[in-house]
Amino acid sequence: MPADALKCKECDATYALEAHFVCERCFGPLEVAYSALSAGPAELKRRIQAGPLNLWRYADFLPLERVPSRSLHTGFTPLVRADRLAERLGLDEVWVKNETANPTHSFKDRVVSVALARAVELGFETLACASTGNLANAVAAHGAAAGLPSYVFIPSDLEEEKILATGAYGTNVVGVHGTYDDVNRLCTELSGEHDSWAFVNINMRPYYAEGSKTLAFEIIEQLGFQAPDRIVGPVASGSLFTKVARGFEEFEAAGLVTGAHPVMNGAQAEGCSPVARAFAAGEDFCRPVRPDTIAKSLAIGNPADGPYAVGLAQRTGGSIDAVTDDEIRAGVRLLAETTGIFTETAGGVTTATLAKLAERGDIEAGERVVLLITGDGLKTIDTVRGTFDVAEIAPTVDAFDAAFAGHGASA
Amino acid sequence: MAVTVKIPTQLRAVTGGSAEASAEGATVAEVLDSLYTEHAELRERIAGDDGGLRKFVNIYLSGEDIRFLEGLDTPVPDGAELTILPAVAGG
Repeated sequence: MPADALKCKECDATYALEAHFVCERCFGPLEVAYSALSAGPAELKRRIQAGPLNLWRYADFLPLERVPSRSLHTGFTPLVRADRLAERLGLDEVWVKNETANPTHSFKDRVVSVALARAVELGFETLACASTGNLANAVAAHGAAAGLPSYVFIPSDLEEEKILATGAYGTNVVGVHGTYDDVNRLCTELSGEHDSWAFVNINMRPYYAEGSKTLAFEIIEQLGFQAPDRIVGPVASGSLFTKVARGFEEFEAAGLVTGAHPVMNGAQAEGCSPVARAFAAGEDFCRPVRPDTIAKSLAIGNPADGPYAVGLAQRTGGSIDAVTDDEIRAGVRLLAETTGIFTETAGGVTTATLAKLAERGDIEAGERVVLLITGDGLKTIDTVRGTFDVAEIAPTVDAFDAAFAGHGASA
Repeated sequence: MAVTVKIPTQLRAVTGGSAEASAEGATVAEVLDSLYTEHAELRERIAGDDGGLRKFVNIYLSGEDIRFLEGLDTPVPDGAELTILPAVAGG
């Protein structure tokens, strides 16, 4: 779809397709508006299927003038049927969208791919971001691949794994004394003063957010151009959650799938649940909170897309739920031992929320549920520390047999 | 009492291009009213119909979100700095 303009989500004012993110009239967020597709569903499907096995196969639905000739291979991650997880939860059909398979092991590779490609088209030569960790990883890696210097701003108390895995790419890591919301405020101020920098999630945000739609496109394609009945996904700022729904709507409008309005269930950690609280209270605004949770990648206390996430959950008959840190740890474990996929704490939040929905009886028999696992367990490795024992033995058969008496010996 | 208000780039067309404005007032609401007197167009950009702020406007007093303080009733000490910023979804 050719991108037409940037359009205010609140008052419909339009702006040129440049590096703007906020409406000057009402301060509402801007998003990309497209003109109608010229191709029919058969032609679109042919073009998708002839495309590369990455997110650029959906270029007709992205706001770019051309697909970048070189980029880190992002997207088309596995959609894995998780029968043992389903069985444990008493559900009929569960699939896991495994975003740990992206180049920097989280879904952030998608949004950065699109923001970077558009930034290059607009002539930017420096990348930057405000991040809870995964985004910093992706900006550093994709910036390195494209040969652009980058500045990544993170809360200074972030998990060490994420800091190390970001600095490895030769980026400028800036640890800010404060929460993610402080980092975000600082970067919003900086982006006003450094207008030659492409802050992927600030001045490039309308393009960045479009990258999340490709998750929905892939799920539909991987299910044989069918939509699932329900999506369970994490909510931090609310951007991923709302854009996944937008992806389903766009494929339906293009005639690529019918009935694509899955129930949308959002997942938050109780230690940072402004969106879940707004949903529970039936409010269309989110009171900011100070985050205190092990799910640091979801620790956004002042979620700008929160009101839209609440509206989406209401409109689709879904919910926004919150789970405790203990439930998050149990969720990480449950996913790992039933699917072989080790997720970071955000995926623990999502898995624990699925378990909660199942227990509450929200999920009907025969439903096809897709769980969005957005990041890798190696990024938050401390979560599993002390949750199992290592049997230390002398290097002898006797020592092993003594430690594991009755474990499958033939005699 | 004089207060410095930092104006985001998106609103500078209304303040004649200035990145900062000086205003008077003992609370955030009074400071904003004093700004609106100076720059009338500012009110329609950031104030909602109910007299509060529009949903996507954030105001910080010396770096602290006023919603963690007393909102528009937050006392503003002499010489303090208020920052107006658009809300941005993060990641």
